[in-house]
Amino acid sequence: MSFPWAKQYEPKLPLMKFLDEKLPLPRFVYNAVGAGYPVPRNLNYFWNFGVLAGFCLVIQIVTGVILAMHYAPNALVAFDSTEHIMRDVNWGWMLRYGHANGASFFFVVVYVHIFRGLFFSSYKAPREMIWLLGVVIFLLMMATAFMGYVLPWGQMSFWGAKVITGLFGAIPLVGEPLQIWLLGGYAPDNAALNRFFSLHFLLPFVILGVVILHIWALHIPGSSNPTGVEVKSESDTVPFHPYYTAKDGFGLGVFLVIYTLFVFFMPNSLGHPDNYIPANPLSTPAHIVPEWYFWPFYAILRAFTQDFLFIPAKLMGVIAMFASILVWFFLPWLDRSPVRSGLYRPVFRKFFYALLVAMAVLFWCGGAPAEEPYVMLSQIAAMYYFAHFLIILPLVSSFETPKPLPGSITEAVLGDKTGGHDAVPLATTNDAPASA
Amino acid sequence: MAETTIDTHDTVEGEGGGEVRRRDFLEIAAVSAAGVGGLAVLYPLISQMAPSKDVLAESTTEVDVSAIEPGQAIKAVFRKQPVFVRNLTPAEIEAANAVPTGSLRDPQSLAERTKEGYENWLITMGVCTHLGCVPLGAGEGENKGEFGGYFCPCHGSHYDTAARIRKGPAPLNLEVPEYEFTSDTTVQIG
Amino acid sequence: MARLISIIVGLGFVVVLLYTFAVGAYTAATEKAEVTAEHEFHLTPRDAHLQSAGWTGTFDYQQVQRGYQVYKEVCSACHSLRHVAIRNLGELGYSEAEVKAEASSWMVPGIDPNTGESTLIEGSPTDYFPSPYPNAVAAAAANNNAVPPDLSLITKARHDGGNYVYSLLTGYADPETYTHDGKSLKEEFPDFTTPTGLNFNPYFPNLNLAMAAPLSDGQVTYADGTEASLDQMAKDVAAFLVWTAEPTLQKRHATGFPVVLFLIFASVLAFLAYRNVWRNVKH
Repeated sequence: MSFPWAKQYEPKLPLMKFLDEKLPLPRFVYNAVGAGYPVPRNLNYFWNFGVLAGFCLVIQIVTGVILAMHYAPNALVAFDSTEHIMRDVNWGWMLRYGHANGASFFFVVVYVHIFRGLFFSSYKAPREMIWLLGVVIFLLMMATAFMGYVLPWGQMSFWGAKVITGLFGAIPLVGEPLQIWLLGGYAPDNAALNRFFSLHFLLPFVILGVVILHIWALHIPGSSNPTGVEVKSESDTVPFHPYYTAKDGFGLGVFLVIYTLFVFFMPNSLGHPDNYIPANPLSTPAHIVPEWYFWPFYAILRAFTQDFLFIPAKLMGVIAMFASILVWFFLPWLDRSPVRSGLYRPVFRKFFYALLVAMAVLFWCGGAPAEEPYVMLSQIAAMYYFAHFLIILPLVSSFETPKPLPGSITEAVLGDKTGGHDAVPLATTNDAPASA
Repeated sequence: MAETTIDTHDTVEGEGGGEVRRRDFLEIAAVSAAGVGGLAVLYPLISQMAPSKDVLAESTTEVDVSAIEPGQAIKAVFRKQPVFVRNLTPAEIEAANAVPTGSLRDPQSLAERTKEGYENWLITMGVCTHLGCVPLGAGEGENKGEFGGYFCPCHGSHYDTAARIRKGPAPLNLEVPEYEFTSDTTVQIG
Repeated sequence: MARLISIIVGLGFVVVLLYTFAVGAYTAATEKAEVTAEHEFHLTPRDAHLQSAGWTGTFDYQQVQRGYQVYKEVCSACHSLRHVAIRNLGELGYSEAEVKAEASSWMVPGIDPNTGESTLIEGSPTDYFPSPYPNAVAAAAANNNAVPPDLSLITKARHDGGNYVYSLLTGYADPETYTHDGKSLKEEFPDFTTPTGLNFNPYFPNLNLAMAAPLSDGQVTYADGTEASLDQMAKDVAAFLVWTAEPTLQKRHATGFPVVLFLIFASVLAFLAYRNVWRNVKH
């Protein structure tokens, strides 16, 4: 699909004409991320994060495939082979730090991408499928990241594997056999390490496949935009190339500066020191935590400390943790407001900021030891988290009066009531403040 | 509506030609910087496949040759590859010296391939110079080929008693590694 | 309908959490949390001012060499260094001959070429530093059941590792008379004891450490003539262990600066190009 005014691919070189007839890959790229894809002209910097996430996936796959050339997935030597990479392999330290911090940055970028979607209601019709595929990608990322963290076979690797597979042990009846089946033993060992390595190698390519579907689904309705008003005419859009390729190039540069600062100057700041101690099945680290990007969900898991009626606390925590992500699947049908953008929804916006605060509290508590006041704080934050998605979001539209929407994107940009086809922007050089 | 959507770089506005060139230059510079960065990243991505430091670390192999009788040979390991250490009989030395070096594919005399004072010790890599198989002839009862030295069964290269190529596809004599006798019965290879 | 189900489920979560919170709050209000000696008297490491610290950190190889000497003469009696090869000493400024000589001063596990039995042979540069014990069981048996940890990664396996090692080595104290911030340990926690075989050290997480103070003034005689005070030796061995944990640290910093500067330059260019492309489009 495309808008009727989308530019058409016209091959000029004979080779490109030949290719266009036999395998129209250049046309495909042109229509996907080239001049053939009209994009709303008013996207702010939050819209950079989709491309950044794609770039992170590429970083992870490239460094990951290379690390797999030097890593040995065997419980006896996994830790040593990781140190071999750090000490002896040419540039091995850079590749490993790049991969470990790349995972963290992938999550930073994806969290911003998700919360941008939540604020501007990017999940609403006609973009439900994009959102659903995005949640699938996020779940796959969590599984991949978890298994990747196990591979160095340090203390946190081992105990992380034990605790996370222990979650499945909470399922009534089948829990324990399921956990043993997942690990291929009674505790994490060679069998678990080997299968985690295999899946850690496979899943990123599954993610890549779902990312392609995600982008495909995006190109059917086209990109959303900060006003939430759909594209109406050609003046509402600019071609992806060169406009957004240029903007994404700048965004990528800034991203890489921050990323390389971590890789080269504080590569272990996002990791845990205990993972530099080889796995020891006989001794649990004093303060066991997952990687930072799991902290909100870990906090929700730990918030349930009391059995409730017939439900054991452990099971309740596991259900809540999975529910906290699965609830995102239902957002397109829970939020009934006809207005998409949070910019025009005064009441929703306040609740959204409260959600950000709750997330921040959950992040903080998830990384803290399991003691007061962190447990109680995470209980309050988790309460708000569930209330926000399951109670507030469905109800807020019934008592909220949205602010008046602009007639079109062009009108919003130019502040011009005429809008539409007659709005010819005056070309001046320095009239382009970022609308972020 | 073409004004908003079409890239009207060079024509819009009454600016000077110099201005236009400065702007194009910016885009070219930015794309070039990206290209330079991309190429620089390739360097570590490629060099990571080269031998790592532990592999490169100078390794030596010590061989005790006291138990090798004349006419016998042993296989030692040097840099993960076989090394043949052979105690030549006087007859084998004579046979090797009888060949005019000029007639050889890779002209070398036995003396050039052994250490002074230890002419009966022929120490060569056990790696056929054709495609890297391990030739036969070092083990007891193995086929020594038509010239009484080594025979590579992969593609039929025959080496003589000085481990020089005499027949078959191999281009060069079996390589003599760097070594020295640290005592009369001990050889340090590498 | 979907919204009704959603609200019911949401209320379910909220009710369970409220109940849990109430129970937790009641417990917190009625039961006084116990304040432990570990909580009150555990110290964060003091700054050893190592040259390797910070974004521009480099190795003071002279100091690292001294640290190696301390490791060899003192620590190696109990602690292994299994990820470091003897050849790595070459990076500290030792010549090839010195590394070879150093290697032959270590006995490493090997095989008797005549009998095939395990034995100890003279080390070569490609060998890794040998462990003082043949296995963990032997290490535990020789040390009152506390296995001395491998030291190769110790400064990365502890928060603020370099400073931690320095502080721990210099931090031993007598629990009977120990005071911090004007508070006496014995007065605040009269029940606090250091069991026999353990040693009080406020930099160790639970305050009682199996390792006895390993260093004392003048324990080694430095080849470079530096005075071997306890503080000096602790700093030197900390510097050495920072190096063993991450020998690539200096190269990492040296690579990082041009990379980041180039990326900043490229980002500025990209920003100007972006503004240039968009100059005719209000957005």
